Amino acid sequence: MPKIPDSIVPAPLRKPAKPGQGGTAKGQAPQDLKTSPPERPSDVQRLTGKAAEAPAEVLAWVDQRTGASGFLTGMLFRKVPKGTNWFYTLGSATLFAFIVQAVTGVFLAMFYTPSATQAYASISHINNEVPLGALVHGMHKWGSSVMVILIFLHMGRTFFFGAYKYPRELNWVIGVVLLILTMTMAFTGYLLPFDQRSFWASIVGININGTGPVVGPYLSDFLRAGPELGATTLSRFYAIHMLLVPGAIIALIGAHMYLVVKLGTTAPPWVRGEKPKVAVPVSQLDAGAEPNGRGNGASPSR
Amino acid sequence: MADDADKKNGADGAPRQERVKPDVPGYFEGESMTRRKVFTVASQAIGGLAGAAIVLPAVGFAVAPIFHRGKERWEAVGPAGDFVEDTYRQVVFTETEGIGDAGKTLAYIRRGSPDFDEDPNSFVAISNRCAHLGCPVRFVEAAGNFICPCHGGVYDFQGKVLGGPPVRPLDHFQTRVQGGQVEVGPRYSVTSQLEPVRARDPGEFTGGIWEYLYPPRPSTFPPP
Repeated sequence: MPKIPDSIVPAPLRKPAKPGQGGTAKGQAPQDLKTSPPERPSDVQRLTGKAAEAPAEVLAWVDQRTGASGFLTGMLFRKVPKGTNWFYTLGSATLFAFIVQAVTGVFLAMFYTPSATQAYASISHINNEVPLGALVHGMHKWGSSVMVILIFLHMGRTFFFGAYKYPRELNWVIGVVLLILTMTMAFTGYLLPFDQRSFWASIVGININGTGPVVGPYLSDFLRAGPELGATTLSRFYAIHMLLVPGAIIALIGAHMYLVVKLGTTAPPWVRGEKPKVAVPVSQLDAGAEPNGRGNGASPSR
Repeated sequence: MADDADKKNGADGAPRQERVKPDVPGYFEGESMTRRKVFTVASQAIGGLAGAAIVLPAVGFAVAPIFHRGKERWEAVGPAGDFVEDTYRQVVFTETEGIGDAGKTLAYIRRGSPDFDEDPNSFVAISNRCAHLGCPVRFVEAAGNFICPCHGGVYDFQGKVLGGPPVRPLDHFQTRVQGGQVEVGPRYSVTSQLEPVRARDPGEFTGGIWEYLYPPRPSTFPPP
């Protein structure tokens, strides 16, 4: 049954405001109801008020069931050390490069055919006939180099700032695994266009793998799915490139970022800890002792 | 054991005095396996079995090609009279089926020469795959050498290394004559003394201790 709008209901018959609202005591009508009935908001005002609160209500509904706000506040408003600068954005830049690769890769997969006889034709179809195909393919192709370069810059920042030291060694180890996985992505992706360059580059790459003593020859056979580079080699590289390694990379990026948020970032090595302000007894000053000498009271965390 | 903690502590965590749990039926002094432990171990074992049932076939499927040898393939490349003993003749034939031109390879073929103590009725087929990293080598008629364009590997008339980075002589293919036609078959590698061994990938040494450091792969054919 539709509710009768308040505007046509006589004031005394209206439903009193809920307890705690409208400034009246619990369960009691206002004292001055007859002399000056309280001004009620119009329907438009109430509706706009409710509409304005709707996003907050939806967020509150989700938050009540997930507790996400505590996690998000902790992550987004975490403290960063003094001296944090542009070099600290290289990790985020690498993540952005990975997201570009993931998104463009998904859309390339819609047109690409991982078959030894059709792969080259499907790539030239993407480049020459699909609208914006050359752009998306180019973003994926050049973006892979950008990602590798950014990883090394990020790694260099971590190394030269000493950010790999306790307690962040595990994050360095995860980062090295991510570097290896990215190299695997670059290597397996190189074969997919199946042109002369990618074909011979993959043969050389697989043969370099094969020069590892004892296990090398078997590793080569595993990569090729046989003694020669054949039809299944391409599908194998494609599966590794778009299913196996991306899953591992996403999982490890999650672990990497969890540790970054949990442990915090380091200050640059040129930022020194501030001297704590402590009272020094006059007797010590008289004795000529330097109060609070260097390294004595500095915070060990810096 | 959690059971010890249950016996000792009450709900408030304070040590419980004087109230001893009655022993469960079947309890005996020195008992080491509780019901809780049995179920913990059993559920972990069943979970491990279920995981292995998924992972082992999948991994086996992925590594199976290492142990699989394809069908032996012979292809006729021309009448026996076409080949002479003092120079090579290029032939192109399919080594890997199913991938079109990418599966083709090139061999240099000559008749066996008495200069190298070879049977004049046999044929020598040398692969153009460089033993360094697999680039295609070319036979240079004027020099009588095989030369690799990538990193400067040079091989003599028999395919032995003369210079550059290659680690062993050029690979060979098995040959036979059937109905007047020369046929080429599976690939095999050779040692520095040209003794046949199973096919190795480029970059892998042959002969001596290297036969163990670069073991023969089950996916290749036995040498002649």
